[in-house]
Amino acid sequence: MPEIILKYQAEIWQSIGETFVMVGISIIAALLIGLPIGTLLYLCRKGQLLENRALYSSLNVFVNIVRSFPFLLLVVFLIPFTRFIVGTAIGTMAATIPLSIMAIAYYSRLVEQALLEVPRGIIESAVSMGASVPEIIFKFLFLEARSGLILGLTTSTISFISYSTVMGIVGGGGVGDFAIRYGYQRFETELMIYMIIIMIFLVQTIQFTGTTIAKKLDKR
Amino acid sequence: MISLHNVSKSYQQHQSILQAVHLVSLNIDKGEIHGVIGASGAGKSTLLRLMNVLETPDEGTVMVNNQTLTTLSNRKLREARRSIGMIFQHFNLVANKTVFDNVAVPLELASYSKKAKVERVKECLEFVGLRDKAHQYPAQLSGGQKQRVAIARALANRPAVLLCDEPTSALDPQTTAGILDVLQTVNKELGVTIVIVSHEMDVVKSICDKVTVMESGEILKTVSIEPQAYVIPKNDPKWFLQQLTEKERNSNA
Ligand SMILES: Nc1ncnc2c1ncn2[C@@H]1O[C@H](COP(=O)(O)OP(=O)(O)O)[C@@H](O)[C@H]1O
Ligand SMILES: [Mg+2]
Repeated sequence: MPEIILKYQAEIWQSIGETFVMVGISIIAALLIGLPIGTLLYLCRKGQLLENRALYSSLNVFVNIVRSFPFLLLVVFLIPFTRFIVGTAIGTMAATIPLSIMAIAYYSRLVEQALLEVPRGIIESAVSMGASVPEIIFKFLFLEARSGLILGLTTSTISFISYSTVMGIVGGGGVGDFAIRYGYQRFETELMIYMIIIMIFLVQTIQFTGTTIAKKLDKR
Repeated sequence: MISLHNVSKSYQQHQSILQAVHLVSLNIDKGEIHGVIGASGAGKSTLLRLMNVLETPDEGTVMVNNQTLTTLSNRKLREARRSIGMIFQHFNLVANKTVFDNVAVPLELASYSKKAKVERVKECLEFVGLRDKAHQYPAQLSGGQKQRVAIARALANRPAVLLCDEPTSALDPQTTAGILDVLQTVNKELGVTIVIVSHEMDVVKSICDKVTVMESGEILKTVSIEPQAYVIPKNDPKWFLQQLTEKERNSNA
């Protein structure tokens, strides 16, 4: 183990922990809120089961606005909201709020796209069998789109890791912030390189796991 | 069994309105195999989809099995659809479910117990001759086998009516003959009323008791016929070759 890593062992572990908290909570937000929003986006489209132009437009505008914000500005813009939810705008927990908002918008769009890949005929046969909308969602749509949903979540997670690296500006910490503060600002180039290697390893592992699961679940 | 009264359905297409089905009335008796034939775009599929209100008619009433589907609440309509099976040209099986699980779906929707479900699925797969494929996925099956699974799925809830939209149009003649055989057995042994939409005259002629001919959204005429066996065109390479070279010789002459 290189000396420099041993020297900063405690800080490195802490930063990895912070990254996991920020990304973990973003993933939970993506699943709990992004997945339903993405499903609604799909269902409210023209010609779909719950066709609803007003709802579709509102959700669509929300997703587009969040996604078109430069991320750092979104963080700043959301400070009052973050303070309202978490009680403070500084720290790892505070950093999870803008990350989660971005995660919701990001993943819901990928969910919508994954569901659009399900052949219309499948939905039609579900309706002809007398399935209700919730039954169609859970027994047909999600099942048939599951590989796409998992690949979307993989892509999203990797983006969340990338977004989380700038959370240092609100004291969010994390691997990226650690690499910048110690590696770059204190001229510990070697340390910075090791931190980058850790990030690459993390991303590769997530991508590999996601792709493998998606492939395994795809029977088409 | 099925009765349409002055049913119309139009679609908004770009700037204009397209009358897909116009003031159609039609009665189909219990136990009948009823064909619907017509050119592409004549409104056959729309007419079929009106029978289980997959398309809501602009006007007119649809009665199936003594229930007026057009006045039912959503919930009641969903229940009514459970006794109306439907199969499609492209099978529409759930690709991520095994054959067994595909056939089990309608039973799950009807809240069968696990034991009753397993038994019924096996029965249905036995009926279409695919019991040994239960644990395969649709992608591993041929077109004919997929359509058999779709038939098993449509029969699982013991429907009174089976609606078929171009059930053999994606299949070769040999496989078509097999599927028509299954449909005939469904009709004769289980007493299921069948409506079969097709643009293939041979198909309609071979199993239907009555045939409705459609033209631009209207019924031209409904005729009674005597079904005659489906003739399978030859499928032997020598015969193919003979046909091809004969043509060539003729054109060379
Ligand atoms: N969902 C739809 N939206 C717009 N037009 C449709 C729709 N479904 C069918 N049509 C039109 O209605 C007409 C009849 O279609 P269809 O019933 O599918 O004919 P067929 O099955 O006889 O080929 C066609 O001109 C078709 O383009
Ligand atoms: Mg058609």
